[in-house]
Amino acid sequence: MAAKTGRKKEFRVLSATAILGYGFPESSFREGLKRRPDLIGVDAGSTDPGPYYLGAGKSFTNRAAVKRDLRFMLTAGVRRGIPVVIGTAGGSGARPHVDWCEEIIREIAAEEKLTFKMGVIYADVPKSRVLRHLRKGEITPLTYVPPLTEAVLDETVNIVCQMGVEPIQKALAVGCQVVLAGRCYDPAVFAALPISLGFDPGLAIHMGKILECAAIAALPGSGADCAFGTLRRDSFVLESLNPKRVFTKVSTAAHTLYEKTDPYHLPGPGGELDLTGCSFTELPGGKVEVRGSRHVESERYCVKLEGVRRVGFRTIAVAGTRDPIMIRAIDQILAGVESQVKDILKAETVEGRIFFHVYGKDGVMGALEPEKRVCGHELGIVIEAVGPTQEAADAVCSLTRSTLLHYGYPGRISTAGNLALPFSPSDARMGEVFEFSLYHLMPLARPDDFPTRVITMRGGKETK
Amino acid sequence: MKRSILRAAKVIRSKNSGPYELTLDILFKDREHFELFRRRNIVTKRKIAALYRRPVGDILKIVYFEPSNALKITMRRPIPSGDAGETDIYGAQQHAPLLRLTY
Repeated sequence: MAAKTGRKKEFRVLSATAILGYGFPESSFREGLKRRPDLIGVDAGSTDPGPYYLGAGKSFTNRAAVKRDLRFMLTAGVRRGIPVVIGTAGGSGARPHVDWCEEIIREIAAEEKLTFKMGVIYADVPKSRVLRHLRKGEITPLTYVPPLTEAVLDETVNIVCQMGVEPIQKALAVGCQVVLAGRCYDPAVFAALPISLGFDPGLAIHMGKILECAAIAALPGSGADCAFGTLRRDSFVLESLNPKRVFTKVSTAAHTLYEKTDPYHLPGPGGELDLTGCSFTELPGGKVEVRGSRHVESERYCVKLEGVRRVGFRTIAVAGTRDPIMIRAIDQILAGVESQVKDILKAETVEGRIFFHVYGKDGVMGALEPEKRVCGHELGIVIEAVGPTQEAADAVCSLTRSTLLHYGYPGRISTAGNLALPFSPSDARMGEVFEFSLYHLMPLARPDDFPTRVITMRGGKETK
Repeated sequence: MKRSILRAAKVIRSKNSGPYELTLDILFKDREHFELFRRRNIVTKRKIAALYRRPVGDILKIVYFEPSNALKITMRRPIPSGDAGETDIYGAQQHAPLLRLTY
């Protein structure tokens, strides 16, 4: 393994795709292997798809697609002796997500008869531990996040923290060739190994920050293609593995902005990436060289906690209207329907909240929509009902739909029905509804101390 | 006659920066437009607050990023991503009011 060469001049990283399961062209992956990578890495998660997936313990990516991507990575990595690191397994990186991904890896190992050692690292944090820190006043909310209370913590499920490079380094150091990590700081997947080999943490983490999104940072950008990074002592170089794309100064620098609050200061576990002195230079052949990225350690090592709580169940109905008289009065009509429905529910003691998503008016931007005119000839309406049980949500959705369908508004001439319903059945159960409840910092005394299992696979079978 | 931001910018986009913030990027066509906007302070918290009908206090930061000739605005999400009443989980379609900017 690469770890033997302590004075390595460069460290080469193949990033398979933006998110495990998003896919990549086989030709790009092969091109990456030709460059003899020291690491194959992939980020498998994000909080972007919302709170549901963490709460429900489900992946937002498709199992068959994840298996397809992993098969390429594992077979190439194991047969060529290249470490493979997967971060934020299963999309959200809690125990059910990690176990789901492990099962896929075991299937591939059996099918391909692979022999390797794997470290499985969990990122779950026991509630009792968060409570202990909370009582000591050591749980800090991030910007715009309300302070944590014991009541909210009590309702919170699947608490994870974003691990840094340390637990991954530890697993690699005991000879794991495959590392499957739970919730993980995205760049740590790519930065852990080179940092333990003595490469500069600032450059390694910044390179990881770009590689975790793979070819999204190239031009034209793509979430479904590989990218390649070469880390040197005082710089790193990014290149595309697809002749259709290049890295440019602007595409690379622009990516540093992506999904960040402040592009100069990027906080992570135990410190912050400082890009104030960073430079981007284009090299021939569609490559970009980056210099000057610095990692500044914080006084106290903190990690970001993520957790969600269940707030109910959801049922929706999709509908549309093509009636100009109704469209002109849509606000008053929906308000009238809501109050009529609420009166009935109150009498029946059914609880539930109603939301109308009115496409063609403010369905996309809601409260942020500055355009108040409605000028389309039709409106799309999604009726959303959230109740304490699935049955309550069903009841609220159904009643709202039928009330709106036959609501008699002033000036109505279309007296047979107000809605075009595209589906039968018209209402769809969406299941549990979660909200983010934990997005706070917690101090960590031992950044390398995460529960880790080491598994040895021989010819596709686990051996003790 | 004021000119549309579309003459100065080649990318105008929005996205979540975590579940509690919305971040807006304007990538200018070249260094000249970037410098012009920075020098004349064309984009202010007050202007963004008005465009998005939010209190000025909800506009967290406006940062100029030279390496990509870009301007980044970060604001508070009206509600955290995925809370009841959500319209755009990823925050990827909240950029259109910026198209009303002129210079």
